[in-house]
This record gives sequence, C-alpha cells and structure tokens, in this order.
Amino acid sequence: MNATNPTAPILVTISGRRVRRYLIPATASVLIALLGFALLDWISFEYAYIATYTILQYVVLATAWNILGGYAGYVNFGVAGFFALGVYTSVFNYKTLQLPLPVVIIIAGFIAGVVGLGMGYLTLRLRGVFFSIATLAFAIVLNTVFNNWHFVGGARGVSVLRPDAPEFFGTYPRYLFGVMFALAIAAVLIARAVEYSWLGRGLASIRDDEVAAECSGIPALRLKLIAATISGGLIGMAGAPFPFFITYVDPASAFNLTIAVNTVAMPVIGGLTSWIGPVIGAILLGALQQITTVTISSALSLMLVGVLLVTFVALAPRGIIGVVKSLRGPAA
Amino acid sequence: MSEDLTAQAPILRATQVTKSFGGFTAVDGVDFTLGQRERVGLIGPNGSGKSTFVNSLTGVIRIDHGSIEFNGTDITKLPSWRRARLGIARSFQIPRPFKNQTVIENIEIPLMFAVGHHNPDQIEAKAEAILAQIGLSGRRNDSPKNLTQVDLRKLELGRALAAEPRVLIADESMAGLSDPEVDEILEVLFKLSADGISIVLIEHIMRAVVRFSQRIVVLVAGKKIADGEPREVMSHPEVERAYLGQ
Amino acid sequence: MVSPELFFNALLTGMFLGGFYAAVSVGITIAFGMLDIVNIAHPAFIMLGAFIAYYLNSTFGIDPLLASLIAVVPAFLGGRLFYKIYYYAFERHGEESLQGLAFFFGILFIVEVGLLLVFGVDYRFVEANYIRKTIEFGYVALPLRLVIPMLAGLAIVAAIQIFTSRTFLGRAILAVSQDPGALRMVGGNPVRVKEIAFGLSIATAVVAGALLIIIQPVEPSLGREYIGRVFAICVLGGMTSLSGTVVASFIVGIAEALTTTFGGPAWAPAVAFGLLILTLIVRPEGIFGR
Repeated sequence: MNATNPTAPILVTISGRRVRRYLIPATASVLIALLGFALLDWISFEYAYIATYTILQYVVLATAWNILGGYAGYVNFGVAGFFALGVYTSVFNYKTLQLPLPVVIIIAGFIAGVVGLGMGYLTLRLRGVFFSIATLAFAIVLNTVFNNWHFVGGARGVSVLRPDAPEFFGTYPRYLFGVMFALAIAAVLIARAVEYSWLGRGLASIRDDEVAAECSGIPALRLKLIAATISGGLIGMAGAPFPFFITYVDPASAFNLTIAVNTVAMPVIGGLTSWIGPVIGAILLGALQQITTVTISSALSLMLVGVLLVTFVALAPRGIIGVVKSLRGPAA
Repeated sequence: MSEDLTAQAPILRATQVTKSFGGFTAVDGVDFTLGQRERVGLIGPNGSGKSTFVNSLTGVIRIDHGSIEFNGTDITKLPSWRRARLGIARSFQIPRPFKNQTVIENIEIPLMFAVGHHNPDQIEAKAEAILAQIGLSGRRNDSPKNLTQVDLRKLELGRALAAEPRVLIADESMAGLSDPEVDEILEVLFKLSADGISIVLIEHIMRAVVRFSQRIVVLVAGKKIADGEPREVMSHPEVERAYLGQ
Repeated sequence: MVSPELFFNALLTGMFLGGFYAAVSVGITIAFGMLDIVNIAHPAFIMLGAFIAYYLNSTFGIDPLLASLIAVVPAFLGGRLFYKIYYYAFERHGEESLQGLAFFFGILFIVEVGLLLVFGVDYRFVEANYIRKTIEFGYVALPLRLVIPMLAGLAIVAAIQIFTSRTFLGRAILAVSQDPGALRMVGGNPVRVKEIAFGLSIATAVVAGALLIIIQPVEPSLGREYIGRVFAICVLGGMTSLSGTVVASFIVGIAEALTTTFGGPAWAPAVAFGLLILTLIVRPEGIFGR
C-alpha cells in the first residue's frame, strides 16, 4: 500500500524529498491545464467551460469530502451546508466589500473551516451514524437560517453580476475555469499530503478500528477535528466562485441535494481510500451526468447517480480503484 | 519473589472502581494493585466484570466511582490515548487489528503515536525487531485478514508491545488456542516480563494462569473475592464455588 | 401579548402532529433502535406511501385510510425483500456502517427522484369527506384532517406494542435487539426475525405516508424534512423504547407547532433538527434511554 513515508509533515515544505514527490503531478497538472484551455478555446463552445467547471468543482468537493469520509470513515451528509457557507460568504462580499475572487475564496475557506471545526467538536464524539445524521441536521438548520436572512436574499434569492475578468483570461467563464482548476489542484495536493502523512495513517487506523486506534496512542478526536476542518474549509472554498457561475443565488440552489449526493457518490464510486478515487469518480460521474443531462434529461441523470451509488456500495465497495486492484491480482 | 515488590510503590493502583450500566453494576468497588515488574493473573467466570474492569483501566470506559493511578499519577479522567502514551498497553479479547494495513504497518502505529518516533527508518527497524520478538517476521507484509488465530493474537501482543509499555494488560490472549499455541504465547509473555514489563493476564485457561502469575485476583459478579498467591487462591472455597457453579 | 387561544390551539395542533409523528417514527425505533439498521431512507418510504395513497385516491377514488390498509401487505413483503438484499450485501460481511449509510442515502435519493419523474414537482392531495371538516368547541378547533391521523398513529404504535409484548414473534424481535446469540439458543433465527421486523418497519412507514397526505398536500422532496424529525424523535425517545418514541413525538410536534405559530413557518424544519443536535450533545441516551 502506501506506507512509504509515514511521518511526513502535513505542510508541504521545501526539502528534496517533498519537492520530488510533487514535481511530477504538479507539472502534469499545469500541462493538462494549458491543454485544457487550448482545447476549449479551439472548440470555442461556451458550454464546454460550464461542463468542465462543474466537473472541476466536483473534483474539489469529492476530494475534500473524502478526507473525512474516506480516510477517517465519518460520512458527512452536510456537504450542502459547507458549500452554502462558501456561496453566501461570496454573496455577502459581493454586496459589501467586493474583494477580488481569490481573496473571497480564502475567506470562505477560513469560515467554512472554522464552522467545520465547531461542528466537529460538537458531533465527532458521536458514533459514526449519529455523526452523519447530525451533519445532515446541521445542513438543514443552516438552510433555514439562510432562508430567513434577507440581506443575502433570503428565500427569494439574489442576482449576481459578473465583474470584468482579469486581462490574462479574457472572458469570465475562462477565468472561473482557471480559478476552479487551481482549486482542484490545491485540493488534490492537500489530500495527498494528508494521506501520506502521519495524519493519514492515524485517520486510516481510526477508520479501521477507532477504539484500538485510541489504545495505540492515537488522539482520535483531535485527528478527526483536523480532518473535519480541512474538509469543510475546502468545500467552502469550492462554493465561493459559485454565485458568479450561476449568477442567481437562492437557498435552493446553494443547498443543492444534487451536490450533496454527488459529493458522496463520487468518492464511493471512485474509491475511498486514496486521493485518486474522488478524482476518478468526479471526472467519470461528472462527465456522465453532463452527457445524460444534455442528451436525455436532468432528472434521469440524477437517477443515474443514485443507482450507481447504490450499485457500487453494494457490489464494489472499494470503488473503481478496488476493482482495478483486484484485476491486477493479489500482489497489489 | 513477591517480597521485594512490596518495597516499591505499585505501578498501577485501582481503588474502589465502580461501573454500572443502567441498573446493572458490572464492577463493584474493586481494589487492585499491580507491582513493578509483577505478573498478576485476573480470573473470574463469564460476566464477572473482568472486561469492564480492563476497559476501565485502559480508559475505554469512564468509571462511576473510584480512582486509578499509574506510577502515582491520577489517570482516572484521562482518555485511552493518553494512558497509552504514559505506558499502559493492552491486547483485546477478540483481536482488533487494523484490517486494511499490513502486519508491520499495524506495529508501526503505536510506535508513531504512543511512543512518538518520527524517523521512518527508525520506526521500521523497531517494528521489525518487535516482529522478531513475537515471531511474526515471516508475516511482515501480510494482511491481518489472512492470519491464523494464533498469529492474530501475536499481532495483538506485538501491537501492545510497540507502545513500549510499562504495563501490559493481556486480555484473553490465548482463548481458543491449542495447547502448544498457548505455550507459544506464554513464552512471549515470560520474555516480556523478563524485560521489565508489569503484566496483567486475564485468562480462563487455568494452567496458564497458575504457571504465569505471581499473584491471582478473582472477580465474581463484579466484586473481588480473592487476591493472593496462586495456590492459596485456587483452593479458596468461594473460588471453587464460583467456577463449579459456572 | 400572547393570546391564550392561539397558544392553546398551537398546543393542540402540536399534540395532533405528535400522534402522527409517532406513527412516522415507530418504524425507525424498530429498524434503528432495535435492529441497528441505519435506514435513513425511511422518509422515502413514507413519501412512497403518500403517493400510493394519492394514486389510489385520484384514480380509483379510494379513501386514503383504506388505501393504507391495502398497501400494508405489499409494503411488508417489500420491506422483507429489501432487508434480504441489505443483509446479503452488507450485514453478512459485517461491513462498516459507512457503506450501509451510503446505501440508504442512495435509496433515499433514488426514491425521491423516481417520485419526481412519475408525479412531477407539483403538490398532490387527496379527497375525502373528512379532510375539510373541523369540530369546534368554543374557541377550540379540532380539524379532522389532524385528529384522524393522530388517532390512527397512536393506534399503530399501540398495535406494535401489543405485538412485541404478547406474540412470540414480537418478543423475538425484542430479544434479537438485545442479544442475537441468546435468540439462536432458543431456536429462533435472528436473520428471519430481523427480516420480519424490517418489513414491519417499512409497512408502518407506508401507512404513515397515507396519513401524511391526509394532513397536507405532498411533493417528492418533502421526505427530507422527515429525516431529521424521525431520528430526532428516535434519539430523544431513547432509541429502543416505544413509549419513549410516543413522548418524544409529542415533544417534537408541540415544539414545531409553537415555533410555527409564534416564529413563522420558515423556522419549523429547523426545530426537529435543532432538538436532535441538542439531544445528541447534551443527553445522547434520550429521555428514556439507558
């Protein structure tokens, strides 16, 4: 498996080993990004940007969710809540300070992270299933709060005008694409860092057997809180550009059930134990949904997500990664 | 043997430990001491509260009344992981390995978290040493899912060892094993005792308990009914009654 | 400032809802409290029941109460089948509850989207001669569309209580929740007992759905509100206790009604969830729990 460097620090530091590990994925990502821009430009098809933005957003969401869900085994059903925190931070900023998008993303991440920490502190002592229900409860309570907060639009919602895009990008959709791409890279790098560090080993042990983990010296609550904060923060960050993407925000769109289910389904389908799983799940399932939405209907594409989730959970619980591993043979 | 133990303070002392679940009192005012380098056996019929008591000692359960001291420090309110870092390790009655990690990775976890080693090479080396000590070197990269019962028990002990403990609580490490396998585990435990670890052995296999323990404590229905040298305790009328009536 | 009539009527409404909520939640008390099956898709089956009642009512003119009785047997059998699938996929392997949760979450979603595809987003309601009737005593109003579901709800819980305390099968269910090993020793088959219990759980959900559509018009996403309610009631009531479920149902019903009357309907969904969070943090064993 991945026991190569169990004690690597969480933060990426500049030392020979660390840089080498991330050099290949980092360069690959930049190359893919440039290719992506070029391809989309050549197609010059506005929808391509929308589709890829959505898929990239799911890469961030699925990767972030998996840090708590897949690594630690605590299923967060309140994804919509954290996403909405990011969305509404952005809306609030739009109506007041009008800070540039990258700044808002950081702020949204910070707020969502703090809320994640707080919610985790209240709920992570509960047994797994109670935690999950509590997260759902939390999302609904948050939904109700935003429904009643008129400054950010309340139940009726608020319109958002896109500002000018920075010169480098040209059009605003390209800018959003670039921003979300950067976020996706960041999310994956963070997830990798967590996974290969002592934090990741600790979370994996918690997932395998929390009581045994505690008796082995693992401070379970602390590690879970760290995971919840990182996870929540990243999800919030993914929500910050959203208002500029859909240009009209109301609680129904922010607290989207589709987003909630997708965020859970993608890591499950892709594979829960490693950062690759959510990425694969997000790209495959996201692309599939875009195709079915356009060719058949959006309702049917939702049904597809549900069916795939149930099927994979029942028949291939290790996800696509697991299937590939077992095809390669027991040596893996 | 037991004489020089009284000169030093006990490494583990439980005083009037009481734990109830709803209306049912599982452990009732139990006093228990473990001396430095001592080997104590803890026996009792099923349902006598041994597991609850062990869980209380290791912090898996919070007790209702009483106190627990380790080396003079009050640990009654400390969570399991802090107790593990202080030096109290346990093996579980039903082995609870980290199923999705290999044997050596299982051993590495307490080395990383209970002891706090940071250097990956040092961790690996120490893990290998522990595997050699318990006789699992050949199963280094295996998954716990593929281990035999006796190897799983060894892994449990190995993981407890990896916490570099002062106190080891071996909870039914031999249940369901054959005679030669019981002796294997017993040899490991004797070796650990010789290395200076104080051991509490909870067992149903009487010959192992009698052979291993310097002192035996008997729990029946949550209360301690006997505490002394093996020969004394085993011929105690109440102990006989408790086991015959089982 | 607070009119006593308004307060009293809110209290009354809360009580009626409470009786209904008891029917809604008893299934979770069985499935989750007793059998440890995290069926968060329970509300989906409630909605299924509601729409079945709607369909039978709008197509054949069948009274929703009658419709619920018609649906009971298929619902029970369907529930048993469902448990079989769940058992073979998850419980048998002792899989982590993470997968079970994800499974039921998926089912919840599939049922909601399925209902959406078949019935659309509009609110649906049933026609029956008692739905618009209200009995009045002075300033006290007793709308029948609330009273009847409450009575029916309490009747269901009473029936379950009698079943679990008097019949062999019922007592086997209680036994299996406490000690499956012991059940095996007296010749019971835990898997089959759990199957029947789960079938019962689903049957109550479907009947509760028919009651729901008597109280108010329904649309497919309504189920989401009930996730919190149902688990809030189950946890508040101490998980395994039927009487706890009833008391908790009334607490939640009254809390919601008071909030709606004096705080506005927008806050109502948050009440149950808020209570749930509070209970989980302050006293996770619930009121009656051990």
